[in-house]
Amino acid sequence: MKTIGYFPGCSLHGSGRELDMSVKALARIAGVELKEVEDWNCCGASAAHNLNHNLAVALPYRDLALAEAQGLTEILAPCAACFARLKGTHVRVTRSPELAAQMREITGLEYRGTLRFVNVIEFIGRLIEGPLKGKLAPRLAGLKVAAYYGCLMSRGEDVIEDEDHENPDGMTAALEAAGAKVVDWNFATECCGGGFSMSNTDAVLDLSHELLADAEQAGAQAIVTGCPMCHSNLDMRQLTINQRGLGSHDMPVLYLSEVVGLAAGLEPKDMGLDRHFIDAMRVLDIASAAQTAQAAAAETAKK
Amino acid sequence: MARVGVFLCHCGENIGRTVDCAAVTAAAAKMPGVVHAVDYKYMCSDPGQQMIKQAIVEKKLTGVVVGACSPRMHEPTFRRAAAEAGLNPFLLEMSNLREHCSWVHEDRAKATEKAVDLVRVMVEKVKHNRKLHSIRVPIEPTAMVVGGGIAGIQAALDIANGGKKVILVEKSPSIGGHMARLSETFPTLDCSQCILTPRMVEVASHPNITLMAYSEVESVEGFVGNFDVTVRKKARYVDWSKCTGCGDCWAKCPVKKIPSEFDAGLGKRTAIYRPFPQAVPNKPVIDQEHCIMLTKGKCGACAKACQRGAINYKDQDELVKIKVGAVVLATGFDLWDHSAYGEYGGGRWADVIDGFQFERLASASGPTDGEIRRPSDGRIPQTVVFIQCCGSRDDKMGKAYCSKICCMYTAKHAMLYKHKVHEGRAVIFYMDIRAGGKGYEEFVRRAIEADGAEYVRGRVSRIYRRADGKLIVKGADTLAGRPMTVEADLVVLADAIVPRTGSERLAQMFGVGYDTDGFYSEAHPKLRPVETSAAGVFLAGACQAPKDIPDAVSQASAAASKVLGLFSKPELEREPIIARVNENTCVHCRACIAACPYGAIEDFEIKDRKGNVVKRVARVNEGLCQGCGTCVAICRSNSIDLDGFTDEQVFSEIVTLE
Repeated sequence: MKTIGYFPGCSLHGSGRELDMSVKALARIAGVELKEVEDWNCCGASAAHNLNHNLAVALPYRDLALAEAQGLTEILAPCAACFARLKGTHVRVTRSPELAAQMREITGLEYRGTLRFVNVIEFIGRLIEGPLKGKLAPRLAGLKVAAYYGCLMSRGEDVIEDEDHENPDGMTAALEAAGAKVVDWNFATECCGGGFSMSNTDAVLDLSHELLADAEQAGAQAIVTGCPMCHSNLDMRQLTINQRGLGSHDMPVLYLSEVVGLAAGLEPKDMGLDRHFIDAMRVLDIASAAQTAQAAAAETAKK
Repeated sequence: MARVGVFLCHCGENIGRTVDCAAVTAAAAKMPGVVHAVDYKYMCSDPGQQMIKQAIVEKKLTGVVVGACSPRMHEPTFRRAAAEAGLNPFLLEMSNLREHCSWVHEDRAKATEKAVDLVRVMVEKVKHNRKLHSIRVPIEPTAMVVGGGIAGIQAALDIANGGKKVILVEKSPSIGGHMARLSETFPTLDCSQCILTPRMVEVASHPNITLMAYSEVESVEGFVGNFDVTVRKKARYVDWSKCTGCGDCWAKCPVKKIPSEFDAGLGKRTAIYRPFPQAVPNKPVIDQEHCIMLTKGKCGACAKACQRGAINYKDQDELVKIKVGAVVLATGFDLWDHSAYGEYGGGRWADVIDGFQFERLASASGPTDGEIRRPSDGRIPQTVVFIQCCGSRDDKMGKAYCSKICCMYTAKHAMLYKHKVHEGRAVIFYMDIRAGGKGYEEFVRRAIEADGAEYVRGRVSRIYRRADGKLIVKGADTLAGRPMTVEADLVVLADAIVPRTGSERLAQMFGVGYDTDGFYSEAHPKLRPVETSAAGVFLAGACQAPKDIPDAVSQASAAASKVLGLFSKPELEREPIIARVNENTCVHCRACIAACPYGAIEDFEIKDRKGNVVKRVARVNEGLCQGCGTCVAICRSNSIDLDGFTDEQVFSEIVTLE
């Protein structure tokens, strides 16, 4: 994996910039070149398929055709929604010649179905098995995290293929490599409110509150996700949840790429860790405090 | 000169829809040797058979071809009709125009063309047929019943009461099967043990029944009327002839924490154990895997405790060969393992249980003495959620079928729970309520109206376990059109009914078919529900399909009556489709003897009048030959032919297609 196509989508240029920064930082130290798809357009995300089914396929179809024509074979789409739309479109047009013909007509472009799609969980899995092998330090030892997959990192049997859809564990290996302890909790695949962030904020507040509460109950000190939509709902809306009196949460929400970046010794600010609404810089402090306490306890036990 | 009659059946619309039967008849009429051709809507019906009989007599037919369904379906019917008209039945052949043509094709013109070919092939064959006569084989009038659940018990008792000997083989230490584990039974709520245990005792004491508990079928040879079954009597490590079942041994056994199979893992048992107090035989066995003496060579507590000296740590499996004339398979079912349902906890939570576990909780002889107490902390649950169709009717889980009994036992569970915990809530998530059966619908209404079970139509999408131990059940009430959350203390899953593990191997041994779900296939879904494609092997109970007790018992009695019918004659008529050696050309190379899978070919010495051996040849034992044709293919001097499928017949079929 020397080079890989890169599809940032809108999130990574906006609310999900930390995901963009941390993935790029990881790619840099791993020596992987990210080749951004030229002239990419919106994947349709959560809006297009509610309006028009053809539009919801045609938008990502154009991206697929462009990427293929640019000689790319694999596309990394760190945003979970982009990944789902791109891969979902690939699955649909490769399965239905009629739909493919329709899309050819609409976009005027040909997609032959040669691309492979990689989400952030698989990308990081490949890095830690490959170029970053042996280069991660358990700097987060002592930190308890809830691995949060939401819908887009667990659902769609044709989109998320190598995962237990009900009890996914694709992040566990990377989190454990970073030293973190993954807690057993109930809401790993539950809905954060997703695309209703703007249109039905109340629903998002309720759902995200329940999620945060269960993570707290399970003893998590941070939530780790791979999806910018989950991230913004949990991180950005947390203060509003508290203001509405639903709870009094103070839960850092990190991207998987940030956690692995920390373990790889990357500078927190280079990954945008200081940009979070809920202070995320503290996770290293929590971990080192836990490590100190454990060392002291071990010392006492020895005496 | 051959005088062949061709009779074409429309099979209602089954053949007629795709094949132009009139055109096939017209084509058949022109085939060489055909003197009579006619088509009819239902050739297998009485008027249809009359047409054949009449034509045989009036047209002096020397051969008949019936173009209709599979010969597996109606060849015996038509051959009987031919025989009644005085024609040797083996001069009648069938062309399969249904399974091999109309059911698998859509293009009418091409299907009709193929039908003509299929008929022509058989016309050519039948011209070379010769008269054959049924072979008579003696029948061993002893039946073997495999499986000692309620179906096997019923079949064994019925056969034994009919005056024939029965060998009942049961793989666990006691008969009784799943029914012995149930608390009460629908739709009458009578106690399962109270109606079952007297029958178990009857089996043990019946003079015509030999009970082989803790034994399994190892291999099978032979055929209907003459099966040679090898049964493995598993090592019990207890001499049952000395044992009185006093219980001193298991009281002293130091290994006490083995999850009891009988109590669905909720109770514990010792390493030397009997599965339950009412077991038949009421004698213990030693569980080899857990016994300290057998695994580590130290202990001997049970041997010390036994005053009769019945413990034998050196006991070994024993193979017993038994000759039987018929077999009833009654191997029953298992519950599917719901850990594949990740959304229901994937088997991680003690308080998400299956139907058998609930039965044991509700049973007076169960681990809680009949009090409903949840496994995790022993508390009495105040809210119980029942989820029907767990695995059943779920293609994603590979099970498209309905498990049939869950609607009823779930209603029963809800009722039993409400009878014991009056203030408790019983919430049932269902897809449909299928309560077809005598008194069944009334039973479900009673659960709802008299006992207040809350039926919610919808599926459960997720179960969480909250920190306080509550199980949060999230589902949909599709009648009210809204999501629904229930805080439950206990969840009972109605897991799909699946065939017993190992049942496929058993089916292969007996040559019985099974479907993609592993259930044994009956010979005909409507008209031969207890027979199998293997002659002399019958089915009873849930090994064939999910069944409740009344259905299992009915089928067992039906199977028993089939066995008794078979045993009502001292001899069996067999189709004379067997191999024959041409002793003039046989060079006695013995290749066929080595190749025959049935051991049906023997050496034979041809002697002259003075008793001198003039030639050695191979000879086929008519009783053993199954007509498979292996020897025909392997014979280097081309000296073996198969009656009914001679080279001449088969080549004439092939040649006419060119």
